[in-house]
Amino acid sequence: MTQDASYPWRQPDATPFISIKNLSKQFGSFTAVDDISLDIYKGELFGLLGGSGCGKTTLLRMLAGFETPTSGSIFIDGAEMTQVPPYERPVNMMFQSYALFPHMTVEKNIAYGLKRDGVGRSEITDRVADILKMVELSDFGKRKPNQLSGGQRQRVALARALVKRPKVLLLDEPLAALDKRLREQTQFELMNIQDQTGVTFVVVTHDQEEAMTLSTRIAVMDAGKFMQIGEPAEIYENPATQFIANFIGSANFLPVTLIDKNQSTVQLQHEPSQKVFTAATDHKSPESELTTGQQSTMVLRPEKILIDKTPLTDCQNQLAGVVKEVAYLGKLSTYRVQTEIGITFEVTAPNQIRSQGIGHRIDWDDPVHIGWNDNSAVLLQS
Amino acid sequence: MKPGRSRFLLGVLCFGFAFLYVPIILMMVYSFNYSKLVPVWGGFSTRWYTTLLESEEVWAAAALSLKIALLNATFATLLGTLAGIALARIHRFRARTLFTGMISAPLVMPEVITGLSLLLLFITLNQQIGWPAQRGISTITIAHITFSMAYVAIIIQSRLAGTAQDLEEAALDLGAKPFRVLWDITLPQLTPGMAAGWLLAFTLSLDDLVIASFVSGPGATTLPMLIYSRIRLGLRPDINALATLIILTVTIGVLIAGWLMIRQQRANQQATH
Repeated sequence: MTQDASYPWRQPDATPFISIKNLSKQFGSFTAVDDISLDIYKGELFGLLGGSGCGKTTLLRMLAGFETPTSGSIFIDGAEMTQVPPYERPVNMMFQSYALFPHMTVEKNIAYGLKRDGVGRSEITDRVADILKMVELSDFGKRKPNQLSGGQRQRVALARALVKRPKVLLLDEPLAALDKRLREQTQFELMNIQDQTGVTFVVVTHDQEEAMTLSTRIAVMDAGKFMQIGEPAEIYENPATQFIANFIGSANFLPVTLIDKNQSTVQLQHEPSQKVFTAATDHKSPESELTTGQQSTMVLRPEKILIDKTPLTDCQNQLAGVVKEVAYLGKLSTYRVQTEIGITFEVTAPNQIRSQGIGHRIDWDDPVHIGWNDNSAVLLQS
Repeated sequence: MKPGRSRFLLGVLCFGFAFLYVPIILMMVYSFNYSKLVPVWGGFSTRWYTTLLESEEVWAAAALSLKIALLNATFATLLGTLAGIALARIHRFRARTLFTGMISAPLVMPEVITGLSLLLLFITLNQQIGWPAQRGISTITIAHITFSMAYVAIIIQSRLAGTAQDLEEAALDLGAKPFRVLWDITLPQLTPGMAAGWLLAFTLSLDDLVIASFVSGPGATTLPMLIYSRIRLGLRPDINALATLIILTVTIGVLIAGWLMIRQQRANQQATH
């Protein structure tokens, strides 16, 4: 069980570092955050994921102290923070706009928080130099923010928030303003810095890929509530609802009725076509709670479906169909297959063979077979 | 575009500008006229400037006007900045819309009404509490502050509305208490706006005739009041010279204010991109 030390949320008796209890925030008649509770553990890189207006930024701003909760409470490292003003919280925030003070040099920006804390002059100089080195901006200390590139500003903002050695660092869409290449590179830098400093990070993002890459755990938010909280793989492989299955990655939905059930598998029927499918049950998913005759939805990730021009004899579940659309993405292709049961499936397959078109490659209007194994689908009660 | 049409547009443009500026230029030219009769050109001379500078009356009026303008600009900038910050930054501020409307009312209020109402106020105050005992420099300054702080407040408010609150929140987050944030972050951001507001208030005060005439008392004659009273006695060339000097001063002030506001706008754009 040694590996579980880095997964404190898996242990029922671990002490949370940030504890949010029944927190709500209303703006007039609009409920931005609706009675949520959450525990975040020390050293986590916790992702708050959701579309715009889902309440994730409001939650972050309540953690920072910029918004006062309508009800509920926030504890950080055992101390109640609900009514504490932002300038007295052991929390720092990196703003989406970076919010660098334009009239101060990079050094002065970073030193600002230390000065407010009454840190000695020589210690300020040392700590600013150290943090500038960490974000690889040692030569830029005398510049003003408008003389820096977007990526450099982002790192100054990070340094300014980290130099105070906060207990928690809040990051509001930290990578949204960077271009794609820089974003990917910065993701890993962020993870490195989090690892070096050991500070607990809470990251707000609308980008599910970013959340998946960065986070130890993700909370998916919608309409002020958590839809699911879990490790990235858990959320991807075991989405709790259709909303999450669709929000994180893409998914095919197949409405079915449970007609038979035994120890390890269930038989499911797609009623309009009378076609029967097999799915394995495992302890983690709610399949085991299903009873015969119950309606449910089979959720199938596009990459877990195989596609071929010949019948897929190895798969427990098979459907014949016709390719309606092909999107060639280089390393893989996405196909939209109109199947015999009238449902269009999205299937992705790696482009393993360097074919020159004709014959081998699957193309528009080709008759194909798609198939999946009994452990590929997730069953959701509907 | 056809050349004929563009020539037409150019003609209209020239006419428009000529209508605006030829009288002013003529007046400036005639301020160097030797002749005592204003419309008759008698050769180049600076004698009217000399006459002007020798007149104690003119010096006194100019000094009074400058004193009022300086006092007014300073106080209007202080009060207007505070009002602007309050309007743009205090969130749980009941009736904010009402206050925003009220602060801009002096901009559209006819000067005659502002002047008259202030005069009535001063008279009532004098009767009730014995102050102001006499109308003069203090009442004119107060009257000028009343309307010019509205301009400053609007400049400051629009400056703050154009910048996100992120900077102030970031400072709070880094441990600065609210007053410290105002001093360290908000005010430095506002200096160009405040400077523009100060210059605007200064020129507004220097220009004002109507309000000053209402609230002034015996012995306190501002420069515009002096010019007006002299013109009523007939056109005199030394007034041309005086007007030329005033125009130069005001133009310089307006140019600096405009330059500051453009710079502030650029800074705004840079901050948001």
